[in-house]
Amino acid sequence: MPPDTDIPRRPLLSSLSSNSLWRMKSYLRPYVVRLIFIWLSAIIGIGASIALPLISKQVIDGPVYHKDAGALLPLGLLALGVGVVEAMLIWLRRWAQVKPVLGLETAIRDDLYQHLQRLPMRFHGDWQSGQLLSRATTDLSTIRRFLGFGLLFLVMNILQLITVTVLLLNMYWPLGLLVLASAVPIVWTSLRFEKRYIRISRQVQDEQGDLATLVEESALGIRTIKAFGRRHHVYDRFDDAALKVYDTSLAKVRMSARFFAFLEVIPNVTLALVLLLGALAVGGGGLTLGALVAFTTLMLQLVWPIASLGYILAMAQEAMTSADRLMEVMDTVPSIESGTETIDRPRGHLRFEGVGFSFPGADRPVLRDVRLEVRPGETVAIVGPTGAGKTTLTALVPRLLDPTEGRVTIDGHDVRDLELTTLRTVVATAFEEPTLFSMSVRENLMLGRPDATEEELAEAIRTAQAGFVHDLPWGLDTRIGEQGLSLSGGQRQRLALARAVLSRPRILVLDDTLSALDVETEALVEEALRHVLRDATGIVVAHRASTVLLADKVALLRDGTITHVGQHHELLAEVPEYRALLAQDADLDDASEGALR
Amino acid sequence: MSTTTGSSRASWRGVASEDQDELPEKVSVLLRDRSRRLLGALLRPYRKQIALLVATIVVSSAAGLSIPFLVSIGIDEGIPPLARGDGPAVLLTVVGVILFSTLVQAVTRQAFLNMSGRIGQNTLLELRRRVFDHFQRLSLSFHEKYTSGRVISRLTSDIESIAELLQSGFDALVRALLTMVGTAVLLLVLDAHLGLMALVPLPLLLLFTRWFRRQSAIVYRRTRETVALVIVHFVESMTGIRAVQAFRREPRNQEIFEQLNDDYRDANAGGMKLGATFMTGIRLVGNLTVGGVLLYGGYLALHDEVKVGVLAAFLLYLRQFYEPMQEVSQFYNTLQSASAALEKLSGVLEEEPSVPEPRDPQPLPQGRARGRIRFEHVRFAYVEEMPILPDLDLTVPAGQTVALVGSTGAGKTTLAKLISRFYDPTEGRVLLDGVDLRTLDEPTLRGAVVMVTQENFLFSGTVADNIRFGRPGASDREVREAAKAIGAHEFVTNLPDGYDTEVGKRGGRMSAGQRQLIAFARAFLADPAVLILDEATSSLDVPSERLVQRALRTILADRTALIIAHRLSTVEIADRVLVMDRGEIVEDGPPDRLIASAGRFAGLHQAWLDSLSS
Repeated sequence: MPPDTDIPRRPLLSSLSSNSLWRMKSYLRPYVVRLIFIWLSAIIGIGASIALPLISKQVIDGPVYHKDAGALLPLGLLALGVGVVEAMLIWLRRWAQVKPVLGLETAIRDDLYQHLQRLPMRFHGDWQSGQLLSRATTDLSTIRRFLGFGLLFLVMNILQLITVTVLLLNMYWPLGLLVLASAVPIVWTSLRFEKRYIRISRQVQDEQGDLATLVEESALGIRTIKAFGRRHHVYDRFDDAALKVYDTSLAKVRMSARFFAFLEVIPNVTLALVLLLGALAVGGGGLTLGALVAFTTLMLQLVWPIASLGYILAMAQEAMTSADRLMEVMDTVPSIESGTETIDRPRGHLRFEGVGFSFPGADRPVLRDVRLEVRPGETVAIVGPTGAGKTTLTALVPRLLDPTEGRVTIDGHDVRDLELTTLRTVVATAFEEPTLFSMSVRENLMLGRPDATEEELAEAIRTAQAGFVHDLPWGLDTRIGEQGLSLSGGQRQRLALARAVLSRPRILVLDDTLSALDVETEALVEEALRHVLRDATGIVVAHRASTVLLADKVALLRDGTITHVGQHHELLAEVPEYRALLAQDADLDDASEGALR
Repeated sequence: MSTTTGSSRASWRGVASEDQDELPEKVSVLLRDRSRRLLGALLRPYRKQIALLVATIVVSSAAGLSIPFLVSIGIDEGIPPLARGDGPAVLLTVVGVILFSTLVQAVTRQAFLNMSGRIGQNTLLELRRRVFDHFQRLSLSFHEKYTSGRVISRLTSDIESIAELLQSGFDALVRALLTMVGTAVLLLVLDAHLGLMALVPLPLLLLFTRWFRRQSAIVYRRTRETVALVIVHFVESMTGIRAVQAFRREPRNQEIFEQLNDDYRDANAGGMKLGATFMTGIRLVGNLTVGGVLLYGGYLALHDEVKVGVLAAFLLYLRQFYEPMQEVSQFYNTLQSASAALEKLSGVLEEEPSVPEPRDPQPLPQGRARGRIRFEHVRFAYVEEMPILPDLDLTVPAGQTVALVGSTGAGKTTLAKLISRFYDPTEGRVLLDGVDLRTLDEPTLRGAVVMVTQENFLFSGTVADNIRFGRPGASDREVREAAKAIGAHEFVTNLPDGYDTEVGKRGGRMSAGQRQLIAFARAFLADPAVLILDEATSSLDVPSERLVQRALRTILADRTALIIAHRLSTVEIADRVLVMDRGEIVEDGPPDRLIASAGRFAGLHQAWLDSLSS
């Protein structure tokens, strides 16, 4: 289910769908001179390609008919000259096209990327990266192909069609009319065919997409499949989908076989009729022999422009759809805009003042009336059951989300008034599911601080107990992530932690960052973190008692609001819900306790 | 791979070992042996159809080629009788033959397209089936090395490039080649002198085409490489947007993206310019030949050495002689990527599973597994010099619950993987109820041993579908019972559509803890005699973990269980604890006795208790 329907469209866009494509024209502005040149050379090219058959006509009707050897040479040389000019014009036009066509594509892609980076988490939560990618690649190529080639061919073909038809009509109008009439069924069938062909191609694509999903699952879930021995079950699912693709592809093959066979029938039948009527006319003296030869050559020249009209019109339609899809993203206004205030010397005094948050359309708020103060240098652990809103709460600080009620302040500034760069320099987060990019370890670590020195880097690695990076094949230059070396969950968490520590934030947010570490490493990391958190303000989302101990105080988050704040042992003693969450042995039955102690 | 892309790239992108997918610089169009074998095996069932196909296309091309020739006859033989007043009999005959040829061409062409399409689609389907099935058969050790990304691209983009070849390239190529050869022959037959003249530029063009193919292979490769980098960077930026924004990565990302995008543009520009030059070259030679034919042919016609109709036919034929050359060349890239794809696929198909199915499977003694496990002098090593398990002996009686404890790298997970036969021991044997695992067939083994890990994969579909994965035939009631038994029923019924709630792609709509509970229910429904839990509770929060542990007491009561957990809370339900260190069992006994003995486990346990009560 593409989110196209979720994103509000501007009403104008849907009614005037060509509008989006038209809006791309500004990207062509730098190339106006080139474009004029391209169009001119295209038009002259058409003239040259029409001239060749006409010269043939002259040769047959002139020198050959009159046995005039002297007139042959100039005409022959003219033909050669026109041939060279035509070829050169093609070369110049194509060469000149490179810059505007690719410039347009590159500029739009750059802008799209920039825009997407500015759009908030909320947007990215609704849109899968695959959908965005198809806009940056497939849709953009469709637009490029149409604006770069399709549009030119559309106009050129129509021009050529008109010129040649006029020529033919002029030469011998009955045959001209015949040729003109033969174009009608071709254009009509092509148009119909293209529409149906696009529809069935989309269907094949969709079915291939479903098949790809199954392939993806079978590859990513291979352990689960093997653990349960479900090879045949998975294969059957795959086979069903593969058969679907097969059936649709065959229907597509049949459809295009019919069309392409038909496409050649009409011109050949027309040719036969032209020959019949033309020969009769030559016999009757209404047409010269040379004209008949030229006629047949010119007529064959028309086949492609006519047949491709349908194709190009379909291409135009696709380009418009693509432009709409692209503009849908480009027109989305970033809901999180940077403020203007800066903090010269951030102290890291964090306050949640009556903060509420709800997703649009949800009937229950995720957070409501959250009040919490974290003084500079203090560390608070956030404890709560799954779904209590812990991650949402932490996302409000660096403005990955904005509260729908109340405000979050740092040193007295509403975070929404702060410059985003300032804010996100002050706050750093290590996420539970760490994101590593397909880049070197160093680049991954320096994400938040490109200017960090080697010593600082080494220090952060030490703190996060991520010394394993030195043992990687190329040390800190080793590429990790999807396209590089794969790391274990614990290793990735430690890198994410090192990344957050390296950016030396005044406020450090740890969103259950230690969950994938084994007990011994966790203890070492915690020890090191204690030093880091001594200077910084900290928010630690915790599931385990050991993590809670990093904090000076604990806040219990239940049903979207903070119900208790206090010391770990106080809450443990006084609040039953807290005990239920953190005390591992809270209500185990007596038998097992007896067995252990 | 990264050498062409500049030094500034290498610095951020980092170094990685060569991508094993990349074939040597010159991908030979001549398929290698194994690709050829695969192709042969795939096409063998269609030998007769292919012969028929060849016949059809020859007839179709001949019919198509005959038409300009017939036009020339019409002009030369049909018009003079008219001029003499002998009536249009000859002309009408010729026109009739043209119409007949048209019909023949249309019918045979449609038949050819249908037949070749069908053979192509059948081959694709067979290839998809074979490769998919083979991947599923290959052992986990293969998948761990090969990575899921490559499996996916084998089954998607590689198959699609072969499909592309079959769809767009093949028909065009065959027709273009036949047209060219047929036209050349016809030209020579029509008039040897003029024909030779028209064919003079041919060798030149062949050389030109060869040059173009070489260049285009380089350009094509560069385009693919550069676009791959653009895509990777784009997708990673978008999937990791949270980290990008939280760490103010946007400007640097933009810089990198624009650089990659520019590289892609330059590669594309190279391709477009190359194409422009090639197309111009073909057109130039075509036009010059037309001019030459006009001059020489005109001269001959002037002296009545060639008829005007023949000259007209030449002009018609020459048009269709040089144009196909372009198609053949454009086809080359498709052919190249398809043959590279076939090469990779044939490579995969020749991989042997390192954990093969037994040829002669043995039954379990009582027909149904009881769950007694025995390791006999088991040695296991990924790399020969560094054995993970040097020499392990262990017996677990049926029904016992064993907890495995030890630091990372002690060999706990390896031991678990050997019991579930994800790997085979390098030496020694692993026995289930006295039968070597290597002699059990897959259904027997997987019915008896199930492993639940921390990474529990959910397939797209509903919650019920995912639980039922443990036993596909299970009824709705059994699915519910399984969920109830492990304590997942409550959260499932609270979901919007209960058991029919879609879990989303890879279970994305469920939290880690919820995914884990579903995985537990799935394993419980499978009802194995031996259940292995490898860090299976680590992503649960404490209340859920407690819930699962309570459930485990009943679930594990009548089966053998092996539990690996960093957190010792799990150990409470064990009958026996094994402490492992560097592949050896260093402590072995009931938990209370080990705690009392003041050994390694006692120390770990005390530390754990401290962490709870502090």
